[in-house]
Amino acid sequence: MNSETILPLALFIPLLSAFFIALNDGRPDWREGATLLGSLLLLGVVFSLLPAVATGARPTVDLLEFAPDLPLRLSVEPLGMTFACVAALLWPLNSLYSIGYMRGNQEQHQTRFYICFAIAIASTIGIAFAGNLLTLFIFYETLTLSTYPLVTHKGTEEAKQAGRLYLGILVGTSISFLLLAIVWTWVVAGTLEFAPGGILAGKIDGPLVNVLLALYMFGIGKAALMPFHRWLPAAMVAPTPVSALLHAVAVVKAGVFSVLKVIVYVFGIDFLKDTGASSWLMWVAALTVLLASFVALTKDNLKARLAYSTVSQLGYVVLGAALATSMGVIGGSMQIVMHAFGKITLFFCAGAIYTAAHKTEVSQLDGLGRAMPFTFGAFLIGALSIIGLPPLGGSWSKWYLLVGAADAEQWALMAVLLLSSLLNVAYLLPVPARGFFAAAPAGGAAQIPIREAPLACVVPLCLTALGCLWLFFQADSLYALLAPITVR
Amino acid sequence: MTEHLPVLQVVVPLIAAPLCALLRPGRAVWLLAMATCALCLLIAALLLDRVLAQGVISYAMGGWPAPWGIEYRVDAANAYMLLIVAAIGAVVMAFARTVVEQRIRLPASKQPWFYATYLLCLTGLLGMIVTGDAFNVFVFLEISSLSSYVLISIGRDRRALTAAYQYLIMGTIGATFILIGIGFLYVMTGTLNMADLAARLPAVADTRTVRAAFAFLTIGISLKLALFPLHLWLPNAYAYAPSAVTAFLAATATKVAIYVLLRFFFTIFGAQFSFGTMRLDAILLPLALAGIFSASVVAIFQTNVKRMLAYSSVAQIGYMILGISLVSVTGLTAAISHLFNHALMKGTLFMALGCVSFRIGAVSLDRMAGVGRIMPWTMGAFVIGGLSLIGVPMTAGFVSKWYLILGALERGWWPVALLVLFTSLLAVVYIWRVVETAYFQPAPEGRATGEAPLALLVPTWALALANLYFGLDTSLNAGVARRAAEALLGVGP
Repeated sequence: MNSETILPLALFIPLLSAFFIALNDGRPDWREGATLLGSLLLLGVVFSLLPAVATGARPTVDLLEFAPDLPLRLSVEPLGMTFACVAALLWPLNSLYSIGYMRGNQEQHQTRFYICFAIAIASTIGIAFAGNLLTLFIFYETLTLSTYPLVTHKGTEEAKQAGRLYLGILVGTSISFLLLAIVWTWVVAGTLEFAPGGILAGKIDGPLVNVLLALYMFGIGKAALMPFHRWLPAAMVAPTPVSALLHAVAVVKAGVFSVLKVIVYVFGIDFLKDTGASSWLMWVAALTVLLASFVALTKDNLKARLAYSTVSQLGYVVLGAALATSMGVIGGSMQIVMHAFGKITLFFCAGAIYTAAHKTEVSQLDGLGRAMPFTFGAFLIGALSIIGLPPLGGSWSKWYLLVGAADAEQWALMAVLLLSSLLNVAYLLPVPARGFFAAAPAGGAAQIPIREAPLACVVPLCLTALGCLWLFFQADSLYALLAPITVR
Repeated sequence: MTEHLPVLQVVVPLIAAPLCALLRPGRAVWLLAMATCALCLLIAALLLDRVLAQGVISYAMGGWPAPWGIEYRVDAANAYMLLIVAAIGAVVMAFARTVVEQRIRLPASKQPWFYATYLLCLTGLLGMIVTGDAFNVFVFLEISSLSSYVLISIGRDRRALTAAYQYLIMGTIGATFILIGIGFLYVMTGTLNMADLAARLPAVADTRTVRAAFAFLTIGISLKLALFPLHLWLPNAYAYAPSAVTAFLAATATKVAIYVLLRFFFTIFGAQFSFGTMRLDAILLPLALAGIFSASVVAIFQTNVKRMLAYSSVAQIGYMILGISLVSVTGLTAAISHLFNHALMKGTLFMALGCVSFRIGAVSLDRMAGVGRIMPWTMGAFVIGGLSLIGVPMTAGFVSKWYLILGALERGWWPVALLVLFTSLLAVVYIWRVVETAYFQPAPEGRATGEAPLALLVPTWALALANLYFGLDTSLNAGVARRAAEALLGVGP
């Protein structure tokens, strides 16, 4: 089979999986089987596309025609390939983890949960492989809608409020800014294709470039650029597997991925560099990075702290894109991968702690690490990767971002990046430190027995932690894959 | 046989209506009505197919050639409208049987009259679309209006009577104005045939009589299509009519009035006179914007969900008028496409509400608490219809929104585009109020439970799925709409 025939499968496998999950409502084992099988098939399909794309092929399939010269198009290029690989790699692990978590906590409406999850994955793949802005927008909105029932899963008043904020910000920004920006692009450029070097150069100039860029950047609310970031902490009311895969990987990465796509393939970094239109964006991103880190410091709730950490780390990607240099863009793209593995590990750990010990606050974790050594060990690895220390994957993305900032001669931004790494240390490392070194609360026995979460929870988090390590050694091949994206 | 399709489109329901009234109460009446509606749909589909393949069809009534005889003239615009009305007529008829038998305060012996009136209404609507004769439009307008007053008045709530009366008064004023307008045109040109009128009018265009005719027609048609601020009859009429009637009228009646507006202003007067000389767009644009904004805001504060959707309809009519007032191919495409898409979404929503009221007897917001758990399929359809109303991608509503914003930006009307986007957020608010109530609030104790019967669910879901289908395959709702727009503006092939 060639790549063109395989490509639509990547979209339809999760949807089919959702269908079979729905059919097996009353049979939990079959239902979870459908999830796992679907996720493994998707993994196979996505990785079978990789060799062709790495050697320069750009498989493209038109699904149907939305308007004259405006098809619904799937097309694979290195950036989308990278994003799809991350999602496809982490879905099976997350499914395994979900099974342990949802059963361990006896959650309600599990069938609905798995259906929405599979649809969300299909939307993510759709975003990753979108061949033009319209296709991207369509799957972007589907992703918002399919994750709404997951955010409000508990059905409580708190979940309802969080759902309002979630939908309000994501739909509000995408309809009022992003859609407007897309139609505007269509009117001035006459095309919505993602083309190397961009489609807008020469079609629009002056301050309007800034306006259009702002519409895109704030329209992509999933990138959580301040001040449109509040939906992400609110979404933490969802069950932890949702926070882990969707709100650390799929949804937010769909946001920053869209930012990269727009900057690289719609504006084109040369065009942005020439007009200087993205310089304000650098500062908004830098401010997001720092402010979110400071907020994270103040949060005692573990998931809330991780959520603000995510907001801050997403700022890195936008920052890399806004630098409008090849290294910045590559650093930003790598950050998508590295942060995904690191952050999903941290969320898995937070969920495992909740499942095993029903602890949600950082201040409750004293001494717990000795009871849950694997979980806290994995947390330490994930945290170090996010901070950016070798030999973990995160060090490479930080490195390329620093190189990108140096290329653009933005010394102040380099200082921001370094300061932010210190802040990461300050808010992430207390968790394993308390777990391993602090004395257990009064009355605790001297010898704490090992009491980990269910195996289905612990195995995935160990694997993702190992993944952080593995990625450190994969930087070369990742760089080779991503290098062509900024070449015209 | 096939050359008689234009007249069969009207004659078939016209003959079936009295037959229904003559039949004894029972299933046979519904079967006859249903078969008639299905046949109408088939004829409409065949007509559209032929028009797209061969171009304009002209049919001389009784063999009298135009302009002396009555001409039925079918082009892309009205073939497309015929399909909308016939399709909604058929789907809602499938839905109506259960509603009529169990939910309308009508003794069994009178039930055949419901079907007869429904078919008469359908006849009127189809006739207004298919005819190429200005006076004929008025005749069919009266047929459809009179039967719709009757249909509204048989709602369970006694306020339906005053609502129907209100509509009767406003509708009659509108129809009278239209008649006066047509009369003036006849005085000046001596013809009633639309094509003939279009040919003769330019010679006498610069007279006070023609301008007065233009004004009378504008106001009369605006009353019928419920253009803000002439929309006051609509919310009550929609809120208190039986659900099947609301679904049918909301999806067709105002749309046909908009079609009449298009026909008069683009075909008979011509875009140059209507929008160049008379500057109609300068009147329509602010009214459309005010209607979109105010009705959307009012909808947010309604507690009766049916009434809320009625106000939403006023806002949606504003979108269509906005598209028209852009006076460009893209703008008209948006308007005509929205005729179709809005019929789909409002049909779905009102039928889903019909399912709800069938089970729990009311559609006020507080009574709908927890319905999402009890009636998952019904509320599923409601959510799809609601998403389409908001204009989420992959639903039909997105198609019209896309063209509307595109049209506004092509003209460089930034504030208009922003207002369209902003008001679709208002739609999010009023739809999501219902969704939250239905899914997050617990159902009161002792509520009769259970999903609506299949006879109601199947038509509802048929339209819901159509919302999704036409959101992706836009060859009909945008492709044909574009051809219709080009035909009306007299550009393109």
